[in-house]
Amino acid sequence: MIKKLLDDLEVDTRLLGMVGALAVIWIAFHIWTDGLFITPRNLFNLSVQTASVAVMACGMVLVIVARHIDLSVGSLLGFLAMFMGVVQSDVLPQLIGGGDTPAFNHPAIWFLTLANGSAAGMAIGAFQGFVVGYLAVPAFIVTLGGLLVWRGCAWWITTGQTVAPLDSYFNWLGGGAEGSIYFWPSWIVAIIACLLVWYTVWRARQQRHRFDFPLKPRWAEFVTGGGLSALIVVFVLVMTAYEVPERAAARVYEARGWTIPEEGASLVFGIAIPVVILGIVALVMTIVARRTRFGRYVFAMGGNPDAAELAGINTRRMTVWIFAIMGLLCAISAAIASARLNSADNAVGTLDELRVIAAAVIGGSSLSGGRGTIYGAILGALVMQSLQSGMAMVGVDAPLQNIVIGVVLVIAVFVDQWYRRRTER
Amino acid sequence: MEANIPLVEMRDIHVAFGGVKAVDGVTIDLYPGEVVGLLGHNGAGKSTLIKVLSGACQARGGEILVGGERVEIRNPRDARAHNIETIYQTLALADNLDAAANLFLGREIIQPNGLLDEVRMEAEARRIIRRLNPHFTKFHVPVATLSGGQRQAVAIARAVHFEARILIMDEPTAALGVEETRMVANLIEELKKDGIGIFLISHDIHDVFDLADRLTVMKNGRRVGTVRTADVSQDDVLGMIILGKMPEGVADGGRPVPSPETT
Repeated sequence: MIKKLLDDLEVDTRLLGMVGALAVIWIAFHIWTDGLFITPRNLFNLSVQTASVAVMACGMVLVIVARHIDLSVGSLLGFLAMFMGVVQSDVLPQLIGGGDTPAFNHPAIWFLTLANGSAAGMAIGAFQGFVVGYLAVPAFIVTLGGLLVWRGCAWWITTGQTVAPLDSYFNWLGGGAEGSIYFWPSWIVAIIACLLVWYTVWRARQQRHRFDFPLKPRWAEFVTGGGLSALIVVFVLVMTAYEVPERAAARVYEARGWTIPEEGASLVFGIAIPVVILGIVALVMTIVARRTRFGRYVFAMGGNPDAAELAGINTRRMTVWIFAIMGLLCAISAAIASARLNSADNAVGTLDELRVIAAAVIGGSSLSGGRGTIYGAILGALVMQSLQSGMAMVGVDAPLQNIVIGVVLVIAVFVDQWYRRRTER
Repeated sequence: MEANIPLVEMRDIHVAFGGVKAVDGVTIDLYPGEVVGLLGHNGAGKSTLIKVLSGACQARGGEILVGGERVEIRNPRDARAHNIETIYQTLALADNLDAAANLFLGREIIQPNGLLDEVRMEAEARRIIRRLNPHFTKFHVPVATLSGGQRQAVAIARAVHFEARILIMDEPTAALGVEETRMVANLIEELKKDGIGIFLISHDIHDVFDLADRLTVMKNGRRVGTVRTADVSQDDVLGMIILGKMPEGVADGGRPVPSPETT
């Protein structure tokens, strides 16, 4: 009966399992922390903390699906953060304002910095992809080299000095009181997201109608569409329930040139800008993975590289592009991570490669290739971050935190494989 | 196309792997509406020869003519551009994708907005595959979960759908049951009527003897000879495969249509 229900809904039962696991983790920590975990404040922080790893995990899904691996993402993030730090603090202000009157915090700086960082990230990723694809060095080795090289380069840029503070607009990318979109924009985002959900449902139905394919039952469409819309609305409700402390709110009012009302400045956070970025990245990457020729070829390469080659797919060029996209997403994550710290230092992103790979794998990507989803990787990142923040809140020692996360990773993959063996027979 | 111009001609093809001459100066041809069986032991070089034609392997020497004109085939894309389609022994399917995705792999139908037109591809796939195998229903599962015959149907559908003029079938019936083998035989007859030329590769003479118009036998990378199936017995051909000698009193080459002007 339940199976029939799930078949009608066409939901991924694996996804339900992950959501269930997440719910268990959240409730357990909520009880353990005497009601501190499932609060707007903590969930807001959780969303910001997840964003950087989750953005990279979206790219790692493609890499892993294509039977490759990228161990260099943490170091690349560190290098790109340092690179963008220097670009926005030392290079662009001088270029824009002239040598004597550097134009600090010029409104174009954040964008030019991000554009430069993205170009550098793509170029580095493409280069690593070139070595993997055309020179046939295994991705594991190339990116293991990259892990050492880019961390070293990050140090080299400033000989180890931390770059701080960063550009004030650039800092918005990291979240916080300045880096959120507050009340109304959050709801506008929610409305757009809901419209997208229903448009997708309607469009899929219409497409299937065109060829007289059997349609999903109407109620099933409403359950999936309604469920997703409800999730979006609840998310925004929670985010807009978290108020910015009054002093910080006053600072925001001042910085934006808004007049402070008589009763004092009041502001709610709403969705954090890094989370908006994550949403856009997730949407674009999902479309790329599922609805474009490129994504189809990535999955074909992972399923059977020889078949992909024989079908006329230029797998070498594909490899370059896959790693280039990974590099681009590293740049975006680097911006989020350094903006959140308001500084770029030599250590930012250390061990992120393992978090990113773990997120993708917990999210159902198979290291043997051909299988993986973007939403799964994001959920995986959220699970990992929930465990980490929860344990930090409870006061679990750092070494024990690592032990727990390591064990969870292995168990998650074991359960996944066991589940698959059972359902695929 | 005129009947006396071969659809495809491979002249004096040489392929070597390291010091091993896998294919050593082999010449074969194929005419419209004709089935040429390519026979030989495992390792005789027949698969390698045919990989040169399908673009999966590069020849070190020799030339390929399609419709009488010399062509360069550097990769599978070039082969497809010359309407040469191949059904590989391994089927070359991406096991994690569904039937429609495999059928259109490398030649997806795209919507005006640049995204995949998955519904149209599925509709086409249903139409084509059903014609080959009316019992085929599993369009929404990875092909890894299909039976051998169903997977074969997907691979065949992919080869014949895109206006193939030259079709290469590498051990097409090796993994099939009796009924499925008959289905493939019927398909081959149908394709012949459309003027498509077919290379049928096998190490087992029984698979091809009834289907082929001519047989080319290879041994140790060399061509033993080419005979018309009408002129020889199965034992004659077995002799060619095992001993590497032409049967007595049979001329090498055996053209499909008896035409006194051409030799």
